[in-house]
Amino acid sequence: MNEHQLDNANELIRNRQEDVLLAERQGESDKKQGKKRKRKVVSTEKVLTVENLHVSFTTFGGEVQALRGVSFELYKGETLAIVGESGCGKSVTANTIMGLIPQPPGKIKNGKVLFKGKNLTKLSKAGLRKIQGVDISMIFQDPMTALNPTLQIGEQLTEGYRTHHKASKADARKKAIEMLELVGIPNPQERLKQYPHQFSGGMRQRIVIAIALICEPELLIADEPTTALDVTIQAQILELFDEIQEKTGVSIILITHDLGVVAKIADRIAVMYAGKVIEIGEKREIFYTPQHPYTKGLLNSVPRLDLKEEELQPIEGTPPDLFSPPEGCPFTARCPFAMDVCDRVYPETTQISADHAVNCWLQDERAKLVFA
Amino acid sequence: MAVYIVKRFFMMIATILIIATLTFFLMHSIPGSPFDEERTSNPTIQANLEKFYKLDQPVTVQYVHYLKSIATFDFGPSIKKPNESVNSLLARGFPISFELGMITILVAVVSGIILGTFAALRHNGIIDYMAMAFAVVGISVPNFVLATLLIQQVAVTWQWLPPATWSSPLHMILPTLALATGPMAIIARLTRASMLEVLTQDYMKMARAKGLTPFRIVVRHALRNALMPVVTIMGTMLAGILTGTFVIEKIFAIPGMGKYFVESINNRDYPVIMGSTVFYSAFLVFMLFLVDSVYGFLDPRIKLHRKDGDV
Repeated sequence: MNEHQLDNANELIRNRQEDVLLAERQGESDKKQGKKRKRKVVSTEKVLTVENLHVSFTTFGGEVQALRGVSFELYKGETLAIVGESGCGKSVTANTIMGLIPQPPGKIKNGKVLFKGKNLTKLSKAGLRKIQGVDISMIFQDPMTALNPTLQIGEQLTEGYRTHHKASKADARKKAIEMLELVGIPNPQERLKQYPHQFSGGMRQRIVIAIALICEPELLIADEPTTALDVTIQAQILELFDEIQEKTGVSIILITHDLGVVAKIADRIAVMYAGKVIEIGEKREIFYTPQHPYTKGLLNSVPRLDLKEEELQPIEGTPPDLFSPPEGCPFTARCPFAMDVCDRVYPETTQISADHAVNCWLQDERAKLVFA
Repeated sequence: MAVYIVKRFFMMIATILIIATLTFFLMHSIPGSPFDEERTSNPTIQANLEKFYKLDQPVTVQYVHYLKSIATFDFGPSIKKPNESVNSLLARGFPISFELGMITILVAVVSGIILGTFAALRHNGIIDYMAMAFAVVGISVPNFVLATLLIQQVAVTWQWLPPATWSSPLHMILPTLALATGPMAIIARLTRASMLEVLTQDYMKMARAKGLTPFRIVVRHALRNALMPVVTIMGTMLAGILTGTFVIEKIFAIPGMGKYFVESINNRDYPVIMGSTVFYSAFLVFMLFLVDSVYGFLDPRIKLHRKDGDV
């Protein structure tokens, strides 16, 4: 190892130490305040309403129907987790809300995204730009690639703020330092002049979060924000989300396939399958009384320390081909309780409780006769 | 930075020395002498001439003498142009060649980058197809063919622009166009390719999610990252454009260095060959140094040198 490499290695270790230090400090302050995560009081004010959203992509193979009628609501100050396996439309939902679907090949065929009385799907590009980064922000999966490697992080932090608020350089800088402090980056003044490669992965994700929050958005969309991070850093970043939500009251849509993350920070959960939301509701209800066979399968396929290996149950089969999705429930082919009707007609939404709804034929009165 | 510059300076000297040595021995290994054509002169005059230019001495002695002339920047008199020194030839010809070369580079780089960027932004659109068709033509047509075509069409048939010489900005258009098209086409293709790659990066999506203006997204976020391959090829392209000027100068009767250089090789005018080779290689090596320095400015991850402490 030559001295140059040694230098780099030292820098990495230093960053790493900062991460650990931060984690420890966090833990101590939690203990001091005797903080225990409480169920938040979520307001009934709607921030976002997604109605019957259909999005397709034209490819050489034909039209992929990525979203086939997605509907959900998001209330002020809550965290909604959207879960589901790869290709179920989680990220497409996020990108559609954000106005980042490239058109073509993408096309919003039907449906509305209502935000502050505006239908985002009908806005012009210039109209969208007034919302992107200001009212709705997004956090991306991989902090290693989400930051531009050739720009100082100070510029990447302030450019959105300066564009939207016509702020002076000095004001933007002040705001940037404030944001870096909020996300817990030490020595923000000096750090502003550095480039992304001089930060560790966890630090970079903190910067990405700072960038997303600098214009004080009402809605934060986090597309798998912890997937690319290692477990200790994951925990820190999740803590950070909690802290920020407490301080700013931002509503968060969390896209993930990690049910551990969901359990930690979500208030409500939407389960997606083959471009549809099949079950949605309050976190505890979904975790303890899941109604849809797919949700049950999803929960059973999470490895747990207290279970033997044989008891881990994968969901057999694969999701349907979205070039020609089935007319009925898309889970029919994999469902252990499938009935004749499932394949033919998509089930209506059944309200299980005030905050729990599911689309499944098993909820129908007549199903009880079949399984009697 | 200072350490880097000093290091590069010594490397440049070494490079120039190697080029000078190779040129010297190659030229002297080719049969023929500067006085071949002057059959009328009698042997005594011939011998005197050879003595004056030190051609009667062993090659090694001539080589040492030649190295001395490089060190003192005095390349001596020309053999074929009796009242001219190599230095005065360079002083007269080089500024014109330099002008042609620099305008060409400027035109090629600026228009190539713009063309490539638009092609990438309108990927698989009509602008993209047209730009790339143009690029293929630009790369495949040699500059001397393009030069003659331009003279024939623009200068002779349409009579829009003067066909030759280098006396006003109008005169400069055709030679620059002929020389710049090839490099421009290459730069356009490169820019398009690397731009297409950069546009799919996560940080581009992030820039869009910030609600920035399209101009800022492309220029500040995409272009800077897309320009690395362009900078890489600039070095070799410079050499190509410099040698290209020789041909273009000949076609357009531009009184630059090219004319003297080609003549001097045909005439075995040793001092001129040696002088201009050394001068040109020094110039090229210096330009390459400049190009390499650009890397560090474009991409902060590239360090031109190790930290001063560990050199």
